[in-house]
Amino acid sequence: MSNVSTRKRGLPNPLQWIGAAVIGLFAEIGRLSVFAARVKFAALTPRWYLGQVWRQMVNIGFYSLPVVGMSAVFIGAALALNIYEGGSRYGAEQFVPSIVVLGITRELGATITGLMLAGRVSAGISAEIGAMRVTEQIDALETLSASPYRYLYAPRFLAAIIALPLLVLIADVIGIMGGWLVSVYALDFDSTTYLRNTIDFVTNEDIIVGLIKAVVFGAVIAIMGCYQGHRSEAGATGVGRAATLSMVGAAVLVLAANYLMSTLFVEIGL
Amino acid sequence: MSTPILKLDNVKKSFGSKEVLKGVDLEVQKGESLVVLGGSGSGKSVMLKNALGLMTPTAGTIWFDGQDVTKATGRTREKMRARIGMLFQSGALFDSLTVWENVGFRLLQVDKMRRKDAKEQALETLKKVRLGPDVADLYPAEISGGMQKRVSLARSIISKPDLIFFDEPTTGLDPITADAINDLILEQVHNLGAAAVSITHDMASARKIADNIAMLYEGKIIWHGPADIIDNSGNEYVDQFVHGRAEGPIQPAI
Repeated sequence: MSNVSTRKRGLPNPLQWIGAAVIGLFAEIGRLSVFAARVKFAALTPRWYLGQVWRQMVNIGFYSLPVVGMSAVFIGAALALNIYEGGSRYGAEQFVPSIVVLGITRELGATITGLMLAGRVSAGISAEIGAMRVTEQIDALETLSASPYRYLYAPRFLAAIIALPLLVLIADVIGIMGGWLVSVYALDFDSTTYLRNTIDFVTNEDIIVGLIKAVVFGAVIAIMGCYQGHRSEAGATGVGRAATLSMVGAAVLVLAANYLMSTLFVEIGL
Repeated sequence: MSTPILKLDNVKKSFGSKEVLKGVDLEVQKGESLVVLGGSGSGKSVMLKNALGLMTPTAGTIWFDGQDVTKATGRTREKMRARIGMLFQSGALFDSLTVWENVGFRLLQVDKMRRKDAKEQALETLKKVRLGPDVADLYPAEISGGMQKRVSLARSIISKPDLIFFDEPTTGLDPITADAINDLILEQVHNLGAAAVSITHDMASARKIADNIAMLYEGKIIWHGPADIIDNSGNEYVDQFVHGRAEGPIQPAI
């Protein structure tokens, strides 16, 4: 009897809890999907606010260069060291340049850029939009006949899907140079041979794979940032929570999308 | 009688199981200044957001100059909103834009006016709210709260609207600045010939700017009449509110 009353008052029935969580998850996926569809529609149909797109490209692309560059150089360097260490067990040290370029272009350049921007850009977008919501700036936009989907969200979406591939290209080059630096100055590789092996091994498809991933990551990062900001609750706690949720959500979705796309590309032989 | 500029017909709004508006009926004639009084949590802001089309009522109809606000979409809604101004409680200025860009926002972003012409009009409008060109290139964070309210007022009148909503226009301002804002509201509404709907719990402001006053209590309009008889309304709820007494039928929101 006492167990039943305790359950009724405080502890939820485990089945109820699981049921509520599953329903909540599907409801959230539904809301996010509708929001993403509205953002994409706004991005692909006029009216466009090109000044806003340019401003966001500078913010998302240009200001992310230092963090993307620093991350890429260290990832490339560490990758070269680890491949050398593993390869030397089988006398396969000569494969360092090819595996570094393959790993960077197909996988790490895009993934590291995606993860860094999930932190820097997605959280920033949600904090900015969340603050605009709680200070009634989004309501003000609507009263001035400017849709927040067109004026705020679509420019961020467009800027992210344009800027991410450019950043990934830069990350690819810097990551490969990180591997080259370690290989030449710490592992005694010949510079010309290393670069020749890199150029000979990499294919256009490898680079395209990374760029396709970058476009998808850009969409994920912008939509998660805008969605969490749009749904932000009042107060500093609400805005902080929105920033955290967008960063974590974007990072997880970037990794999940990366796996799904890698599987697809392997299946179709890209 | 001419078509009212704004008419709320049995408007209800619920959030989950909580019913905030329980059937609001209200009419505002062209050129009239109506002040809606009400305590904290009485549903004033929700009523205003429904009237503006920022929220959709659970039931009832809202008419703007004979057009149904709740059914307006796309270009119709855009045209309707071009005829409505709004001064938000917080000012709601865009903090990434300068003062003049805030004032000329609609001209720049919606009407696609050239920057030079939009700035000229923004400076003219700023002059109407007693702000000089020296503040035009500052950002909202660089000016005082009273100035932000004036900038917000300038933004709400630049497109010469037929109806202006004022959400707590004097909240957070000292009495002198508040009185100056009231004067500006009166002057601009009079000059434009626009109707005004203000929501406030500041009685000094209400007495100064209202032709008519309505009292919202627990989601319903419980009194509506001319501003000059507010002290003799014959309604105990209105009496308690007007005299700011803790004792009476309205329970303090604490």
